[in-house]
Amino acid sequence: MTPFQYARANDVADAIKQIATDPSAKFIAGGTNLIDLIKYDVEGPTRLIDISHLPLRSVEPTSAGGVLIGAMVPNTDLAYHPMIEQRYPLLARAIMSGASQQLRNMASTGGNLVQRTRCFYFYDTTTPCNKREPGSGCSAIDGVNRINAILGTSEACIATHPSDMCVALAALEATVHVAGPAGTRTIALADFHRLPGNTPQRDTNLEPDEIITAIELPPQGFSANYSYLKIRDRLSYAFALVSVAAALELDGDTIKDARLALGGVAHKPWRSSAAETVLRGERANASAFARAADILLHGAKGYGHNNFKIGLARRAIMRTLAQAARGTPQSNSDKKIR
Amino acid sequence: MASYIGSATSRIDGRAKVTGEARYAGEFNVPGLVHGYVVESAIPKGRVVGIDTSGALEVDGVIDVLTHRNRPPMADNDDAYKDEVATEKGSPYRPLYDDRILFGGQPLALVLAEDWESARVAASRVRIEYQKEPHVTDLHAQRDTAFAINTPEKPRGDAAKAFASAAVRHAAEYFIPTEHHNPMELFASTAIWDDGRLTVYDKTQGVQNVQQYLCGVFKMKPDAVRVMSPYMGGGFGAGLRPQYQVVLAVLGARALKRPVRVMLTRAQMYALGYRPATIERLALGANSGGTLDAMTHEAIAVTSQFEEFARNDVGWGNLLYKSPNAKFEHKLVKLDVPTSCDMRAPGAATGVYALECAMDELAVALKTDPVQLRLQCYSDRNQGEDIPYTSKQLRECYRQGAAAFGWDKRKAEPRSMRDGSELVGWGMASGVWEALQMPATVRIVLTANGHAEVATAASDIGTGTYTIMAQVAADMLGLPIDNISVKLGDSTLPQCPLEGGSWIASSVCNAIANTARAVRGDLLKLAKGMKDSPLADASVDEVALMDGKIVSKRDASRAVPIASAMHSGNAERITREEANKVAEDKSHARNVHSAVFAEVKVDEELGVIRVTRVVNAVAAGRILNLKTAHSQVMGGVVWGIGMALHEETLFDHRFGRVMNANIAEYHVPVNADVHDIEVIFVEEPDEIVNPLGIKGLGEIGIVGVAAAIANAVYHATGKRVRDLPITLDKVVQFN
Ligand SMILES: Cc1cc2nc3c(=O)[nH]c(=O)nc-3n(C[C@H](O)[C@H](O)[C@H](O)COP(=O)(O)OP(=O)(O)OC[C@H]3O[C@@H](n4cnc5c(N)ncnc54)[C@H](O)[C@@H]3O)c2cc1C
Ligand code: SF4
Repeated sequence: MTPFQYARANDVADAIKQIATDPSAKFIAGGTNLIDLIKYDVEGPTRLIDISHLPLRSVEPTSAGGVLIGAMVPNTDLAYHPMIEQRYPLLARAIMSGASQQLRNMASTGGNLVQRTRCFYFYDTTTPCNKREPGSGCSAIDGVNRINAILGTSEACIATHPSDMCVALAALEATVHVAGPAGTRTIALADFHRLPGNTPQRDTNLEPDEIITAIELPPQGFSANYSYLKIRDRLSYAFALVSVAAALELDGDTIKDARLALGGVAHKPWRSSAAETVLRGERANASAFARAADILLHGAKGYGHNNFKIGLARRAIMRTLAQAARGTPQSNSDKKIR
Repeated sequence: MASYIGSATSRIDGRAKVTGEARYAGEFNVPGLVHGYVVESAIPKGRVVGIDTSGALEVDGVIDVLTHRNRPPMADNDDAYKDEVATEKGSPYRPLYDDRILFGGQPLALVLAEDWESARVAASRVRIEYQKEPHVTDLHAQRDTAFAINTPEKPRGDAAKAFASAAVRHAAEYFIPTEHHNPMELFASTAIWDDGRLTVYDKTQGVQNVQQYLCGVFKMKPDAVRVMSPYMGGGFGAGLRPQYQVVLAVLGARALKRPVRVMLTRAQMYALGYRPATIERLALGANSGGTLDAMTHEAIAVTSQFEEFARNDVGWGNLLYKSPNAKFEHKLVKLDVPTSCDMRAPGAATGVYALECAMDELAVALKTDPVQLRLQCYSDRNQGEDIPYTSKQLRECYRQGAAAFGWDKRKAEPRSMRDGSELVGWGMASGVWEALQMPATVRIVLTANGHAEVATAASDIGTGTYTIMAQVAADMLGLPIDNISVKLGDSTLPQCPLEGGSWIASSVCNAIANTARAVRGDLLKLAKGMKDSPLADASVDEVALMDGKIVSKRDASRAVPIASAMHSGNAERITREEANKVAEDKSHARNVHSAVFAEVKVDEELGVIRVTRVVNAVAAGRILNLKTAHSQVMGGVVWGIGMALHEETLFDHRFGRVMNANIAEYHVPVNADVHDIEVIFVEEPDEIVNPLGIKGLGEIGIVGVAAAIANAVYHATGKRVRDLPITLDKVVQFN
């Protein structure tokens, strides 16, 4: 473990200034991931800049008809926010299916985006891992890889991004507002996380001296026909083996618009515009869902322990789309799969 | 006065626990306390050829770094390291003894610092140079190296021949992976060195075991070492043997002549003992009438390279089912891992799981109802010894369990019951464990104000020992329970065995009864000495202590208040110490039994399994406290759900390391995994097993649960999964 200094940021500008002047500094928000990484010696920032007190805690309507969520809004507050529950229930359900109540109370919206993979080898510093130590090799490819990726992998890394919230954000086409020394910019959620390629050490396209200030949701929340289904190795408090966010806009039983994103299968929330296009104009039925699933899973590859995820994902996609079409979204409290 | 024995009395230590007043081994603060942090081996086998501690020593607050090179002296012979639970054969692991690395996660250095965080920071700066040696950690890959150990179960007849000619046969292998105990409380020890005397607060299930062990390891006189463990945040067998942190804490305290605390991290606890991965092979042969002709049970389990740890996996069939031909074999495979150890119902949790799955498969082959098959094969005698039981209400467990569950509504055909998109499965299994007693001594100090202190060196590992002891003492002394205080977990208290094997309740409570009788005798003597004593001709067994009085059993009007008797004799206190009587009698088998019924609902497409109902009907002699007993069995059921569906220590055999050494990735059931659990205690009066008829409940709750669930999953899906845990990808063929 590396000792660190601790400083609070007074405002966003101060936070950016502090991080820009110290390359070995890191922001800390809820700390639910970063503290573990420090304790496991995976990360060793020598300075923690506490951004948890920044005034980025509001959830407000935007002039465009969407919603702007401050980066410091705790996961719990966001999931229970009336505007989110009513207009973006997909996001509320996804958040509530993640972690535990205590963790969701601490975890921030911004931190959830930047949380790191749960690949076992990433956390075990005695084993090779390209993400932790570029060039050292990937232990997971021939190792214990039940929880690893089947899509968008590379020879360098088969890690997943573990977030549930981000899967819903991807389906809802959220944008990420960031601020840095060069000013502010927005990044589409789809472009926020990266594929591992040969630089698995970089999870996201956020620059090291940038801070996430907010997440913006567009007006369309798919509040009538949506579902978030998370399949895991116990019925709560486990990361997804596969999760599916599905959102439909229906006209009778004809699909006008569709969104589909997967969690637990790739280095980023997994979407394919072709899979969604193929649904548009179709009847909401099993054969249409199967076609979408096949497209979304095109090129999926297992690495041994996780081979089953391909077939599991296919069935989970079809089931989630059916739940969305029926208007019977998966409940978080009743674990029976609808 | 109401009898406390048998009532649903709340834990007398409950308040202390929820308020934080109860202190655990890592919470005893002493002035000048030094904190130790363990540096573990990154490799599973080899030698330490260099340790560079200079970086660690530079860290502010670091006092010293102990390694095998500079540690204080320790004993150099195996006997000194043999605790009560140590295996007969082998060399117990010696912490920080020499340069040999025997398993991954082995402690190689102890950083000692003024505070824990500095110790941890410094620990990451200790540089160790290894000489690696080839290692093996995979049971399956090494099964050819298995060697048989002596098991007490003798063969009968010719099982192989009988199996070959049986009308209906079932043979299969079952597998249970390595599992870890994961008690909530981290292992910790605080060692206080004071001028040649040692006081240790340790997380342990046996203070006197640790005390004797430390005397051996550090060549100290018994009266110079005191070990205390007043409370324990879960043991489950992990704390039966002294764990390495206690040795490290004492080494630190001796080296620095200051108090030292060593607390392990969650990850480090995966280098302690564990339930050994076990391959179980069952071969059952039945005649067409549905009774057993042949029973073969073989087990191959993991142990370390340096000790041969084994528990009875294969003998349980001898207790449950009649079979004229039987054969049992227990083998071990040595791997480069720590020595396996006891974990909740050691041997039975695994062995009975396999046996009861095999019986279910045999029932399918015979087209017989699983309960019916068990009744057809029911054995009223322990066949190995050919002796009857002190009591055995297992038939009644089947009957009451089945009735509560609604078993008669079961459709035999797999996949024949559903609930919408879910397949419904009903499975059952039997459970069996031992009803043992070990020698224990209890001291009672009765004061004239009507207060009694009851003391023995037992540990309450969370099961409720404090409470049941207070209940029994209150009844035996005729005092309200609030007047009883219980002292446990101190090696200077009267002798008591380890808290394990489900024997503490019977051992300690029978000792309380004997001690209370001695106290009663003293009181009667005092009462008789009073002028015109109404009890002048009474003998000790003709009087009872009730409502604060010594009362004639024949004539309740003849009574003397305890306080008056003591005052009149000028006795401020009566102190007595007696032991239980452990029967030498080998004419009866002593066991507890259960019948477990489980309902699962399995999503047909996705394979997601929900255990929606469990009924566990237990016959375990006299139940001392309905509330704590219920909790104990319920906890066993929850653990059985975990064993069936979740638990598995994942190794990467290339590195010889545990990959999920944390409780985010080592899954145990959470609330969402646990639904209705009904616990039934079947009445089982038993005057033979021991005077109070107590059999113990520690282990039985988990036995059979995993099998009942596995059998239910089969009934739901038609898919027989024989390797635990039953994850969704084993139930559904996805690709
Ligand atoms: C046991 C366990 C189980 C979990 N299970 C789940 C689960 O099932 N599903 C799920 O989705 N998640 C799960 N999580 C993860 C949890 O959601 C994340 O840890 C949490 O969202 C991270 O938020 P935080 O505010 O605590 O981040 P921190 O730990 O404070 O920070 C994480 C990273 O984000 C950076 N960061 C934080 N805020 C900003 C910002 N505004 N701008 C730029 N960088 C920032 C930090 O520098 C750090 O690198 C689990 C976590 C644990 C420990
Ligand atoms: S999958 Fe990625 S994170 Fe995991 S070991 Fe390979 S490189 Fe490291």
